Formats: sequence, C-alpha cells, structure tokens
Amino acid sequence: MARYGMVIDTKRCVGCADCVVACKTENNVPDGYCRDWIVEDVRGNYPELHMEIRSERCNHCENAPCVRCCPTGASYTDEDYGVVLVDHDLCTGCKACIASCPYDARYVHPEGYVDKCTFCMHRVREGLQPACVEVCPTKCMHFGDLDDPHSEVSKLIRSRPNHALIPEAGTKPKIYYLL
Amino acid sequence: MQELTITSGRHMHHIDPHLTIWGWEIPVYLFLGGLVAGILFFSAVYFLRGKSDEMRTTVRVAPLFVPFLLATGLFALFLDLEYKIHLFRFYTVIRLQSPMSWGSWTLGIIFPLSTLWALMHAESVFPNWRYPYKWMEQAMNFVKKYAKILAWLLIYYAAILGIYTGILLSAFNARPIWNTAILGPLFLVSGFSTALAFNMILSKTKEERHKLGKIDLMAIGTELFLIIHMFMGFLASTEIHVEAAQLFLGGPYTAPFWIFVVGVGLLIPALIEVLDGMHKVKSTLVPAFLVLFGGLMLRFIIVDAGQFSSWIF
Repeated sequence: MARYGMVIDTKRCVGCADCVVACKTENNVPDGYCRDWIVEDVRGNYPELHMEIRSERCNHCENAPCVRCCPTGASYTDEDYGVVLVDHDLCTGCKACIASCPYDARYVHPEGYVDKCTFCMHRVREGLQPACVEVCPTKCMHFGDLDDPHSEVSKLIRSRPNHALIPEAGTKPKIYYLL
Repeated sequence: MQELTITSGRHMHHIDPHLTIWGWEIPVYLFLGGLVAGILFFSAVYFLRGKSDEMRTTVRVAPLFVPFLLATGLFALFLDLEYKIHLFRFYTVIRLQSPMSWGSWTLGIIFPLSTLWALMHAESVFPNWRYPYKWMEQAMNFVKKYAKILAWLLIYYAAILGIYTGILLSAFNARPIWNTAILGPLFLVSGFSTALAFNMILSKTKEERHKLGKIDLMAIGTELFLIIHMFMGFLASTEIHVEAAQLFLGGPYTAPFWIFVVGVGLLIPALIEVLDGMHKVKSTLVPAFLVLFGGLMLRFIIVDAGQFSSWIF
C-alpha cells in the first residue's frame, strides 16, 4: 500500500483560497460546507510575531480514529493509496466519525451521508493531481507518495523543517506544513 | 499569544464554531439505556437470590416497562441518524474496534432477551394474562424452564449496556472531556441509581422502598467518588484535559453541572434518604424523582460539554 500525503509550503501560501474554491467546484460541495479551508495562525508577542497561513483539510491519518469508530465500515482506508475515504452506501449518518476527528474535518452532507476531503481520488486514479494542488497559483501544495523516497513530497519533508497538526493526538496525520 | 483566524471556507452547520451534531436524542437514549440496564440488572440479581416476592416491583413489575423504555431510546437513536434508511447497515457487520458497533449488537441482543424476561413476569403481575396462541404459551414455558440462564445473561448484558453508554463517549480521543475511562463506570453506576429510583417510585411496599433507598445511597456515594476521581484525573493530565476540566470548574458548565447534577441530583436526594433512614423526615418519593432528574441532566451536560471541548491547534 502506498502512503499518499500532502506537503504545504507555508512560506509560499498567501491564503488566496483558490484551493477552497477549486475543491468546492471539483467536488460539487454544497453551500455552507467545505472540504478544505484557510487558517491564519499568529503566534508570539508584539513585535516578535510569527504568522503561518495554512490550507487545511482532512489529514488522512494513518491511525485514523474515524475509521476505527465507524460502526458499519463506511469510513475506511483505501488499500492502494492509504487515503481515508467514506463509502456513502454504507454510511448511516451516526456522526461518530465527526465526533472522533480532532481536526473537525468532516460534515454531514445534506443528502445524509458524512463527507470530507478525498484527496480528489477520482482525479488521482487518472494520474492527475488533486484539484486544490492543481490550481494553487503559488505552487505551495505538493501531493505524492510519502513512502517513495524519490517523490517530491518525501524530498521536501527531508529538506525543510516542517510540522503536522496535533501530532500529540496520536493520529499520525499525513499533511505536513513546511516552515 | 496565539490567534487562529479562519479566513475562508469554515462556517459549517453543526461543526463550527464547535460541534452540535448530537442534540437531545443521544442524551435521552443514554439515560434510557442506563435506566434499562439498571432495571434488568437488579431484577435478575434479586430473581436469582430468590427474592421475587419480597422485591416484587424490582423483580417482576419494573421489567414490564423495559421493552417500552428501550424502544423509546432506540427511536431517539433512529431520529438522530442522518441516513435513516441505512439503519440496517449496523447489523451487516461486526466491527470490534467500534464502540457503536458493540452497542448496536448489544441492543440487538438485549431487546429480545428483556422482552422475554418481561413476558415471563407479566403472567405473575397480571393474573388474567393469556397468550392468544398455544405455541406462544409453549415458548414461554420453555423460557421459564431456563429462567436462571436468562437471568445470568441479562446481568451480563445489562452491565455491558450500562457501561457502554459511557464508553461510547469516552472512546472519542478528539473530545477531551469525554476521553476518560471513568465515564463508563460513572454512567453504569448512574444508570443503576436511576433504576433504583424508578423502582422506588413504582414500589408499593415500604420495606422494598427502604431497601432500594439504602442501595441507592451507596450508588450515589460511588457516583460522587467517581466524579471527584474524574476531575482529579483531568487536572493531573495534559493541557487539553486541564482546559476541558475548566469547563466545569469556572467555565460555562460549572453552574448547571454542580447545581443540577451534583446538588439536586445527588447530594439533596442523598441527604433526604439519610434523614429518612433516621426517621427525621417523612418518607416521600422526592429523592427518587431528583435522582432521575440528575441522571438525565448528567447525560445532557456531558454530551453537550464533550462537543464543546476540542484540541487546540
């Protein structure tokens, strides 16, 4: 099984939200919901301030609590790409997966099933990049196999300081933010 | 200083600014699940101890309400489902890592068992009870033959059901206020306490009420111990758990929790039951109603607070 993930360069990201719009368009995300979003994280005390702009989404965790807690197996990890997906036909809308996600990355689609970022697997299976990666005007987003030492994402993680979100939750998130 | 600003995208219904995915349906179900677990547990225990006549309400009368209480709780769960026609999916797979899967299968087992238990006792509560078909009578005779085995099964499954109502929430690492192993035992004991209160309300004999009151007093003491232990655990844990505990120690849930759950639901009924035992106050059903109220409030407040608490990032 490959281990697909994302690397996002926070030095390049300007928070334009093109990724958000592209995702909504590509995946027909209903009004009032989103699969990705932009966060401005400001830390420190004036004048020593540090600002990080992040494009956030489901972290497709290796140790995914949403997959573990799902009572029907609707939430599962794709065997080919290691991506966390939801089988709409199995989902009961019990919302256990929403409660289990420390990133609050899931929502109930108006049609009743739980929905979230899929890393645009319908595109990836055809050899394309996820829509958010494709449209990014600053090319700050990178997608690929984290297990492949020659992939762009692996090289970036090795070459630059980076962090994941809430690693202390123990979910082993697969999105890395370059500092 | 840390300031997080979400500049685009996130204003999701029931997700932001904090979760509101579970409304009244889940706490009502958790309350009824705990109540049913307690009723079945005490009914089966006193049945096995041969006290069916001495503790008639506990053993024979209260279980008659169980199928209706359980059906109400399950209906509340059904109402909570967003994809209702997929309800059957719970019973197409057993997922050992999912507490909700454990719960749905436990309910699937305990519902028919408790219905048989209720039917078995209906005959002694209603003297004119007759089955419309011969095969039903034969089936119930078979059940009566193995009543002791059924009682042991009910004790086992009632304990699982009672503790599951807490484990369902405590398994969510993402919600710090739920993520404590104390929640399972706390909800189990609280369920037992509400069942004792329910039996006290139904009971017609002073002796049985007095006995139930004494056991309830022990349950209340255990609950208080578990609540203190839960907060000690939070305060000795990580930053997010300390912050979660602060919701109840100065935060928005302080007044409702300590007044309605601990004060009205535990301390006042315990005090009245102690005074009643010392014959200082007239024996009334007030403490029983307060315990039921406190048990319901406990679930409402914990379910809501868990959705309010989250990881900081």
